[in-house]
Amino acid sequence: MSTREVISSGNDLAARAAVDAGCMFFGGYPLTPSSEVMHTISDLLPKVGGTAIQMEDEIAGVAAAIGAGMAGVRTLTATSGPGISLKAENLGLAQMCEVPLVVINVMRGGPSTGLPTRVSQGDVAQAKNPSHGDYKSITLCAGNLAECYTETVRAFNLADRFMQPVFVLLDETIGHMHAKAEIPTAEAVKADIVPRKTFDGAPEDYRPYGVEQNEPAVLNPMYQGYRYHYTGLHHDAMGFPTEEIETCRKLIDRLFRKVEEFTDEIESNEEYMIDDADILIVAYGSASLAVKEAVNTLRAEGVKVGMFRPITLWPSPEKRMHELGQQFKTVLSVELNQGQYLEEVQRSMGRLDIHKLTKTNGRPFSPADIIEKVKEL
Amino acid sequence: MPTLWCWGCGDGVILKAFIRAIDKLGWKKDDICLVSGIGCSGRFSSYVDMNTVHTTHGRTIAFATGIKLANPEKHVICVAGDGDALAIGGNHTIHGCRRNIDITLILINNFIYGLTNSQTSPTTPKGFWTVSQKAGNIDPTFDGCKLAIASGASFVGRENVTAPKKLEKLIYQALDHKGFSFVEALSNCHINLGRKNKMNSAMANLDWIDSITVSKKKYDAMSEEEQLNLLPTGVLKQDTEAAEYCDMYAEIIKVHQGERAKITQDDFTKKI
Repeated sequence: MSTREVISSGNDLAARAAVDAGCMFFGGYPLTPSSEVMHTISDLLPKVGGTAIQMEDEIAGVAAAIGAGMAGVRTLTATSGPGISLKAENLGLAQMCEVPLVVINVMRGGPSTGLPTRVSQGDVAQAKNPSHGDYKSITLCAGNLAECYTETVRAFNLADRFMQPVFVLLDETIGHMHAKAEIPTAEAVKADIVPRKTFDGAPEDYRPYGVEQNEPAVLNPMYQGYRYHYTGLHHDAMGFPTEEIETCRKLIDRLFRKVEEFTDEIESNEEYMIDDADILIVAYGSASLAVKEAVNTLRAEGVKVGMFRPITLWPSPEKRMHELGQQFKTVLSVELNQGQYLEEVQRSMGRLDIHKLTKTNGRPFSPADIIEKVKEL
Repeated sequence: MPTLWCWGCGDGVILKAFIRAIDKLGWKKDDICLVSGIGCSGRFSSYVDMNTVHTTHGRTIAFATGIKLANPEKHVICVAGDGDALAIGGNHTIHGCRRNIDITLILINNFIYGLTNSQTSPTTPKGFWTVSQKAGNIDPTFDGCKLAIASGASFVGRENVTAPKKLEKLIYQALDHKGFSFVEALSNCHINLGRKNKMNSAMANLDWIDSITVSKKKYDAMSEEEQLNLLPTGVLKQDTEAAEYCDMYAEIIKVHQGERAKITQDDFTKKI
């Protein structure tokens, strides 16, 4: 893939990625530390004939974005944890209606208003189940500047492939980091776009939700002669409300299976110096930058340590983590929360003796924090 | 067609008036998106053969805004209830009106939360029994049309299900209007409003609605004292000069594509 070098910030790169990936609509509301995504995309979208609108609140921001997705265009919203809390109900509607949407969450300290201008990774658990009900979230987490771009692009393609919202988690550190990054060219991104599936048979044969039990809905854009219904209620093959027992069971079962049976298309990890390591550190997002630096320093001192970094957080790389859990006696989980992903590491590895290093004071990890912890193990 | 609505419900009258208005306009079903919220009115969208969306409670206009901006040349219509558009979704109603985006909102006002069994709505008359205020409603009532006018909707009107022909005409005018059009359709809920408020039948409930409505012409000729407990019907506001949001956004696109200079205060007569 041909690449280019840019000097930019994480939030800017996410906005640029969206437009390069064919996004034509943004609906949002200002929220620190994510607002630069809206600032940038409100300049970029009209250039390509798209629309960016600042709505009256977070709820309306995501609703407008989902509306555009229902109409058939690639669509984005961006916010931080407090905004996700407000958007949650409509994110549930998008899951139920199977509307593709990318949601960028630039994480800040919480709960509540928390630490607006400071970093955390406190929304990892929220991203798994932001709203009520059963569905299978897809959540990607950028671990460096370039990934703010590449993971946003990937999110758009996954949203259209699986017909559901896809989260891209950034955090304050990575969103506001300003540096050089090597990213794919816009042409290369365009060449790789896989748009959502559509039905082109006779309208009377069209069953948007009448698909195989492991397939996403096939939702044609509006106004093209394929009329159907969107509802957050349990619905039948045409999208109309139903309480028929078997239809209801199959709908929710399908929302799970369409993701669960294809996790290989979603999973993405980085394994850094783990082949000969004695100690395994699991870290993701901006925390992994400090971990990587610590691994390099410790290696220079002769401490054999390596890092496993999930890029797709949900569904988690549970099989790979299970293997690693059997391979490594000493495992350390590092994250900027009280251990939200630690629980997933424990579950996947099938053991509770995972060491943890957490931080929730709004400050990023320094490599020294990690080096000190590893030396205690 | 069987509906979820109770026998004698006015929502069917509104649905018919709406379909007749669409037919008169000659709009194609494919070119229309109808968006509804939650409540009895929410089911409106599942009874018409168009592009239809049944959204979350109160968010109708917010979803419709995204749908409209994605295809500004298509027709987008919202149907919401009094609880939907004036309580939980009040903010979206205000800002939809303010943007003057070319969407028609049909607000079905039956003065109660009907679907969920008689809780107080923002339009429930004072002193009425509701299941959440059995001692009598003390909450002041909301005039949706006044809110819409104050918020900047460029077309505002109210009609009553006892006058289906007038309602059809009003909906026709609203749909035909470019900009945000707000239609309040007063409807009966003899089951969940009437039963406990001495209006046991559909007719009794409808008679009561008749008794609180009067044409705008008559209303305007009345003294303030006479107007006190009446709601005017007909077209209450129409401004054909107000700039529409999608048109204005097209100018934003032109700016970014280098086809015109930046938008400044000089572009607007009314600046604040």
